[in-house]
Amino acid sequence: MIFKSIIGRDILVAVRRRADVGTALLFFVIVASLFPLGVGAEPELLRMIAPGVIWVAALLSCLLSLPRLFEGDHADGTLEQMLLGSAPLGVVVGAKTLAHWIVAGLPLVLIAPLLALQYDMDEALYPVLILSLLLGTPVLSAIGAIGAALTLGLRGGGVLLALLVLPLYAPVLILGAGAVAAADAGIDPAAQLLLLGALLVLAGAFAPWAGAAALRISIE
Amino acid sequence: MKWFWYASPQTFYPLAGTVARICAVLAVALTLAGLYVGFFVAPTDATQGEAYRIIYLHVPAAWMSMFLYVVMALWAAAGLAFNTRLSFMMARALAPTGALFTFIALWTGSLWGRPTWGTYWVWDARLTSELILLFLYFGFIALQASIDDRRRADRAGALLAIVGVVNVPIIYFSVKWWNTLHQGASVSLTKAPSMAAAMLTGMLLMTFAFWAYAIAVTLARVRCEIREQG
Amino acid sequence: MSEFLAMGGYAWYVWGSYGVTFALLALEVMLLRKRKREAKA
Repeated sequence: MIFKSIIGRDILVAVRRRADVGTALLFFVIVASLFPLGVGAEPELLRMIAPGVIWVAALLSCLLSLPRLFEGDHADGTLEQMLLGSAPLGVVVGAKTLAHWIVAGLPLVLIAPLLALQYDMDEALYPVLILSLLLGTPVLSAIGAIGAALTLGLRGGGVLLALLVLPLYAPVLILGAGAVAAADAGIDPAAQLLLLGALLVLAGAFAPWAGAAALRISIE
Repeated sequence: MKWFWYASPQTFYPLAGTVARICAVLAVALTLAGLYVGFFVAPTDATQGEAYRIIYLHVPAAWMSMFLYVVMALWAAAGLAFNTRLSFMMARALAPTGALFTFIALWTGSLWGRPTWGTYWVWDARLTSELILLFLYFGFIALQASIDDRRRADRAGALLAIVGVVNVPIIYFSVKWWNTLHQGASVSLTKAPSMAAAMLTGMLLMTFAFWAYAIAVTLARVRCEIREQG
Repeated sequence: MSEFLAMGGYAWYVWGSYGVTFALLALEVMLLRKRKREAKA
C-alpha cells in the first residue's frame, strides 16, 4: 500500500532528522512562554488568553514545519518520480500530509496540556483543548500542504507560505480557541467541535487533491 | 456571439479599449448622480447625524471587494479549465483593484466607527472578514510576484484564488459567529439604521459607479498586460 | 455651504473617507496611465 509506505518513509526521515521536528516543538513552547512576558503575569488575564495563545502558537509552529513537507523530496528528485508514478498524486499528498501531522501536529496536542498548566487553565478545560487541537491540527497540515506545494522552491519561501496560508487558518483558529472559551463560559463546546470535525472531513477529502494540483503546477 | 474569438489577446485588445472608455464615462456619471442623491436628497440620519454619509463609499466598496474576488476566481478557473492566457491576465488585472476596494472598505469603515462607536477599529464580523480578504488579495499578488516563470505564476495564483474563494464563505461565517459570541447583541457597524429610499438609491448608484470604475480600470490594466506580454 | 463642509461636526470622518477614497482611485488611474505610456514606448 503506497499510502502506508509513504507515511512510514516520511516518519522515518523525520525521526532521523530529529532536530527539525524538535525545533518546531521548542518554538511552540517558546512562543507560548513569551506572551506572559508581553502582557503581564496576572493570573486572571492569562487564564483568559490561554486558549487563544496556545492555539496561535500551535498554528505558527505548524507553519514553521510546513516548508519541509515537499522540500526534501523535491531536492533529490523523488517528487518528480511521484508525479510520474502510478499512485494518484492526491494519495501521495494525503499520505505526506498525514505523516507531517503525526510528526509536527500530534506532538503539539500532547505538549499543549503543559502549556495550559503554565497558564493556570482550569483542568476541566483540558479535554476540550486537546480535542480541539486534535481535530484542528490535521486541518492545518492539510491546508498548509497546499501552500507548501504552491511555494515550492520559491525565494519568498516560508514567509510567503505564511502569508498565503494564515488567512485560510482563521476559521480553524476561531473554532478551536472558541471551543475552549465556550467551555470556559459554561456553554457546551459541541457546536465548535462538530464544526471543526466538519472542516477536518472537508480538508481531508479535498485538500490532498488541491495539493496535488498545486504540485503539478509547481513542478511541470 | 463568437466568445472564443475574443479569447485571443490580440482581438480582445480593441474591445477592451472601447468598453473601458464607455465604463469610465459611466463611472463618472454614476458617481456624480450617486453623491448628489446621497448628500442632497437623502435625509440626515436620526442617530448618526451626518457621519452615516460614509455609507455611500463603505458599502459599495465592500460589495465590490467581494464581488471582484469572486470574478477573479472565476477567471482563474476559466484559465485553468481552458488554458487561455487571457483568462489568467484578467485574474491578474483584477487583483490590485479588488485589493484597493478592500482597503477603502476598511478605511471608511474605520472612520465610520470612530464617531459612531468610539473607536477606529472594531472586531466587527464584517470588518474582520474584510481584513482577511485583504490578506487573501495580498497573498495572490505576492505569490504571482514571487514566481518568475509566467505560466507557473498564472496557474499557481489561479489555484490560490480558487482555494481562497471556497474559503471566503467559511471565513465569513466563522468570523460572524465569533463576533456574535464575543460582542453579544451588537448592532452591525455596516447597517445604517432604517434605510430611507433615497439612502438606498444613493448606495446603489455608488455601487454601480464603482462597478463601472472597476471594469474600466481592469480592462485598461489588461490592455497594458497584453502590450507587455506581446 | 459651511454647513455642508462641517457635516454636522463629523467633517474629519466624512471628508477623510471621501478624500482618501478618491485620492486612492485617482492614484490607481494615474499609475495605470503611467504604465500604459511605458508599455507603448
